[in-house]
Amino acid sequence: MGTGILVVAEFEGGHFKKTAYELLGKALELAGGGPVTAVAIGTDQAGDLGAYGASRVFVASGDRFAHYNPSTWVQALSAAISAADPAVVLAPASPACKDAFPRLSARLGAGYATEVTELRLDGGAVVGRRPQYAGKALSDVRVRSPLALFTVRPNSFPAPAAGAGSAELVALSVGQDPVEAATKVVATEASTAGVVDLTEADRIVSGGRSVKSKEGFDSLIRPLAAAAHATPGASRAAVDAGYAPHNEQVGQTGKVVNPSLYIACGISGAIQHLAGMRTSKVIVAINKDPEAPIFGLATYGIHGDIFEICPLLTQELKATLG
Amino acid sequence: MKIGVLLKQVPATDTQVRIADPSTGIATGDVKWTINPYDEFAVEEGLRLKEAGKATEVVLLTVGGKDVEQRIRDALAMGADRALRLEDPGFEGSDCLGLARILAAAIKAEGISLVLAGKQAIDGDNAQVPAMVAELLGWGHVGSVSKLEVDGAGFKAWRTSGGGSLDVVQGGFPAVLTADKGLNEPRYASLKGIMMAKKKAIDVKGAAALGLDASTVGAGAALVVDSAWTLPPQRPAGRILQGDNAARVKELVSLLRSEAKVI
Ligand SMILES: Cc1cc2nc3c(=O)[nH]c(=O)nc-3n(C[C@H](O)[C@H](O)[C@H](O)COP(=O)(O)OP(=O)(O)OC[C@H]3O[C@@H](n4cnc5c(N)ncnc54)[C@H](O)[C@@H]3O)c2cc1C
Ligand SMILES: Nc1ncnc2c1ncn2[C@@H]1O[C@H](COP(=O)(O)O)[C@@H](O)[C@H]1O
Repeated sequence: MGTGILVVAEFEGGHFKKTAYELLGKALELAGGGPVTAVAIGTDQAGDLGAYGASRVFVASGDRFAHYNPSTWVQALSAAISAADPAVVLAPASPACKDAFPRLSARLGAGYATEVTELRLDGGAVVGRRPQYAGKALSDVRVRSPLALFTVRPNSFPAPAAGAGSAELVALSVGQDPVEAATKVVATEASTAGVVDLTEADRIVSGGRSVKSKEGFDSLIRPLAAAAHATPGASRAAVDAGYAPHNEQVGQTGKVVNPSLYIACGISGAIQHLAGMRTSKVIVAINKDPEAPIFGLATYGIHGDIFEICPLLTQELKATLG
Repeated sequence: MKIGVLLKQVPATDTQVRIADPSTGIATGDVKWTINPYDEFAVEEGLRLKEAGKATEVVLLTVGGKDVEQRIRDALAMGADRALRLEDPGFEGSDCLGLARILAAAIKAEGISLVLAGKQAIDGDNAQVPAMVAELLGWGHVGSVSKLEVDGAGFKAWRTSGGGSLDVVQGGFPAVLTADKGLNEPRYASLKGIMMAKKKAIDVKGAAALGLDASTVGAGAALVVDSAWTLPPQRPAGRILQGDNAARVKELVSLLRSEAKVI
């Protein structure tokens, strides 16, 4: 039976993602002195993961990993797991890990809990806590197999401070898998390059039906998001009306987000929208209807017209944040 | 080509959740049930492929009790051909892997070569079952598909990847594909469809009929167990800012900076 914790450190655009550090910090806390290791796919570098507590970093690199493929990821993750022999694997609840982990679970016969937001030790075992019913309920989740797999919602844990450690770099040899050839990425269509994905964003500015048009969304919400260094989001009503693309929809049938700051502009706060953003740490609501349900969740509220407030707020944030 | 669509019934999105018992989960007594919204996209896509002559039959598969039959009828009324309801006392308490084993056995027995499913069931929000089915069958899968093209040789699927971009994935059959929003606009059942659905077959199969080893499914085999159910913590009452627009905006930015410390 394994010991310690293996962290999946995602690497993109030349650096490790913030989630890698969040998970290493939590892993150190949970491992109680046991080994903390990391696996990185698509790079041959350990970067600064050692300074955040990884004693070894397993890497899988080369052409096969240039694009995400569920099968090659499962192969690489399996190889890292047999090398590190952990009791627990922690990964970010990113599109890639959420896609690969069910396969990994089925292949290894290891229990897998999706998108936990808390982790703690209970009698030596790592127990997760996870939102269900789009966050309308929470449960503890325990994994009964010797190896436990968790994906963790981004921004659930603070990123720790760097220490002085360094990691041993171990290149994985990743065998071929018959399913690998079953699917192949032939192109990538980038939509909004350079903007942090909603699911990982630390700040979000969302607009609703009240922006009235695509021009309204583009002239009120996008500049405000840019000024706040935030990712733009939208309600389903705004998406269905064509004011914003559906990869920007927040909510039960859109993206579930977990930012520090969520600014809702002219969004009523329907239960399906709240389902996607209720765990945001600070919520600002701007709405001209004082009875709008969004105010029930808001940390700060402004009863006002978005066509007046948003441009002013954009200016003020520009002046403050540069 | 025979298409199998995985279908789950879930509480409607506007359900007010109550906890029945912290050890078992939510109260379901007065819940209004619907087809999982992502599964509706899967049903619709299956029907379109059949209408385009790219599939011969659309078969619904669901693991669930008799109470799921209304949801199955709803999908049959949209136009699916028939359904398999998988039920057995031994299936109760299955985790996602258990459900996937049951579904994989049925898919194999049916000779299905394309499985369409939802990317996630909006009750447990697990997003696990379909890719597990693919792994158990030794098939490829593409998750979160928002656009699909199928021709004789295979398919091209547009998959949501990180950073808001889309991967265009090419693949062949057999395969499992999961539907994301945007894939299509599900149709409403016509009156004729509703009438016809009443006559369509819903076969019920258990562990023995599927040739399943009962010790690999159900509560006894579950590797993932939920407990300590609660509602989310109440948020403290917020502050409504007062004054003219300029003053409120200034105050907001200063609160975000010095009180909330989020900018
Ligand atoms: C199955 C299902 C799934 C769903 N999934 C989602 C989902 O994932 N995400 C989602 O968001 N919704 C979802 N919905 C839809 C949801 O129920 C609401 O319809 C939607 O969230 C409403 O969007 P909205 O707040 O922009 O619009 P509205 O509810 O119309 O609210 C507009 C608000 O703007 C305010 N307003 C208008 N003009 C101004 C102005 N000039 N200045 C300030 N305020 C103004 C109004 O007072 C009002 O509160 C789903 C619904 C269903 C049935
Ligand atoms: N009990 C079930 N019966 C049939 N299909 C299911 C069942 N549970 C899950 N699925 C399918 O798997 C998808 C993802 O579900 P989940 O992994 O539970 O989030 C759903 O959208 C369904 O298509």
